[in-house]
Amino acid sequence: MEKKIVELKNVTRILSEEVIPVTLVKDISFSIKTGEFVAITGPSGSGKSSLMYLIGLLDSPSEGRVFIDGIDTTNVSDAILGKIRLEKIGFVFQFHFLLQEFSALENIMLPMRKLAQLKPKEMHERAEMLLENFGLKNAGYKKPGQLSGGERQRVAIARAMANDPLIILADEPSGNLDTKNADIVFKLFEKLVGEQNKTVITVTHDNALAARAHRQIHLVDGKLGA
Amino acid sequence: MSMTLSIALAYLRERKRQSVLSILGVMMGVAFFVGISGLMQGMHTYFIEKLVDVAPHVKILDEYREPQIQPVFTFYNADITELRGIKPKEELRGIRQAEKIVAALQIKAGIKVTPTLNGQVFLRYGGKDVSSTLVGIDPETERMASNLERDMVEGNLNNLLTNSSGIIVGKDLANKLSLRMGAKLSVISPAGIIKKMKVVGIFESGLSAVDSGTSYAILKKAQILQEREDVINQINIRMRNVDEAPELAREIENQYGYRTESWQETFANIFQFFVVQNAIMYSTVTAILLVAGFGIYNTISASVNEKTHDIAILKSMGFSQNDISLIFLYQGVIVGLIGSVLGCLMGNLLLDVLASVDIKMKGETLVSFEGFPVYRSNWLYVAGSLMAFTSASVSAYIPARKAASYNPVEIIRGAS
Repeated sequence: MEKKIVELKNVTRILSEEVIPVTLVKDISFSIKTGEFVAITGPSGSGKSSLMYLIGLLDSPSEGRVFIDGIDTTNVSDAILGKIRLEKIGFVFQFHFLLQEFSALENIMLPMRKLAQLKPKEMHERAEMLLENFGLKNAGYKKPGQLSGGERQRVAIARAMANDPLIILADEPSGNLDTKNADIVFKLFEKLVGEQNKTVITVTHDNALAARAHRQIHLVDGKLGA
Repeated sequence: MSMTLSIALAYLRERKRQSVLSILGVMMGVAFFVGISGLMQGMHTYFIEKLVDVAPHVKILDEYREPQIQPVFTFYNADITELRGIKPKEELRGIRQAEKIVAALQIKAGIKVTPTLNGQVFLRYGGKDVSSTLVGIDPETERMASNLERDMVEGNLNNLLTNSSGIIVGKDLANKLSLRMGAKLSVISPAGIIKKMKVVGIFESGLSAVDSGTSYAILKKAQILQEREDVINQINIRMRNVDEAPELAREIENQYGYRTESWQETFANIFQFFVVQNAIMYSTVTAILLVAGFGIYNTISASVNEKTHDIAILKSMGFSQNDISLIFLYQGVIVGLIGSVLGCLMGNLLLDVLASVDIKMKGETLVSFEGFPVYRSNWLYVAGSLMAFTSASVSAYIPARKAASYNPVEIIRGAS
């Protein structure tokens, strides 16, 4: 039986510090198995991104529990959450969020250097390997400003893969891309799931792309929809 | 190199102009700290050296610190007894049994003693009157107990022995009256006695107050002029170890009862003035460093605001709050370090320039010197650097903490 890599139990997130408390997601429970490709869909404001931040441990639920790779992340210190993110989760956002001062190669090496498990030479080799896999062989020494939008997003995915995480979380990864580049990004995700048995969870409002996932989690007003 | 440090360096390199300006600010602060305090300390040290060199280290005066107790109070409690109409006794002022005191002190090791009679006189020459403190001295003991012999520009102390009407005047005093060696002038005392005296020597101590107001004659002559036969009103003591002066002064005062001043006490007002001067100087220089700190705060705050996306992605990757704040704190630390090192070099240069300035301070100043006396000590560099470094680090720490507290979710929401 396949392992539950992500599990949510009755997760609710309320922004209570606002004047009128805002409920972002309400009483959500589901689980995702290793090697699944899941798309979170729904209209804007339905809580897709909020749900993803909860899965990615960037935000903590007001109620309920989030399990990552079997670990209960309730009441865990910020430092431990950071460590879980560093080792098990790779993020891709709509905006590439590459550090402008560093080359593509250095950007990919940042999470590796933070984790500090490989020798500098091995980090370099792994970063080059990732770039090559993503069709960016010649982009290594270019700064983000010298790359096209599609290339930048692929570097961002390569960076998310830097520490060989179990889960890739993507928040509208194709939101800023044209159809061709969006297709390239999704092909990469399919490849990661198919060849490396990674779990990919992506937020998208593009139904055509969402249809390529194994499963869709549809949100309406912060609740699981039909 | 640690990753946070390399990110900090990359950020500094990216904002070259601001980084250079921040470093320049710190550099200026440290350089001025070193330069100005070096100059000020140099002046103070030089001045004190001059004072110690010229003035007696301890002087016994013919007065008492406290008025003597009225006999009635020795029998009746002063709280319940009142005495009215007290008049000061018209006594011949002077140190009683001065010869005995001198003789007793002379046998002590490490000190030289000379008895003098100090009194105000007018020197009249060529239609000009200038007041002067005429010091009656014994050339034999004076020679041992002061640097007068060394400071003679013309003539020598022995001339006072060979010519009982001889007078030695300070250089500025001589200039004021256009006196030359051999000039005959009238010396008029408050007692109304006028004597013709002949200039047999001119001295220059470097202390303007002394050079423009003091003259020396043989003790006997001074006593005759002041109508105070056999009176000594000041005993000067020179010590090998000048730091022990207050102790010796206290000891003598306790023993003989006469008010005895160490040079530290005599010049206490000048030292107080130095303290005020130092306070003004250090607050000015510290203000420069503070302003440099504001500059750094500004630059790093701007950097934090500009790099919110980087902060968000680094945090989502798993960078801790500490890592994030280190990135920005390092920037301040690096600016502080480079600025301090450059500042020390520039401060050193500044002191070199000041020391070599061809300036002559003469006449209406406290002391005369040629070229600024500067004080160099590692302490100055260490203190300047430490202050600059602290200022830079604290200035960076505030925005760094803010950066660390950013919530990545809010930034990412704002960006997309």
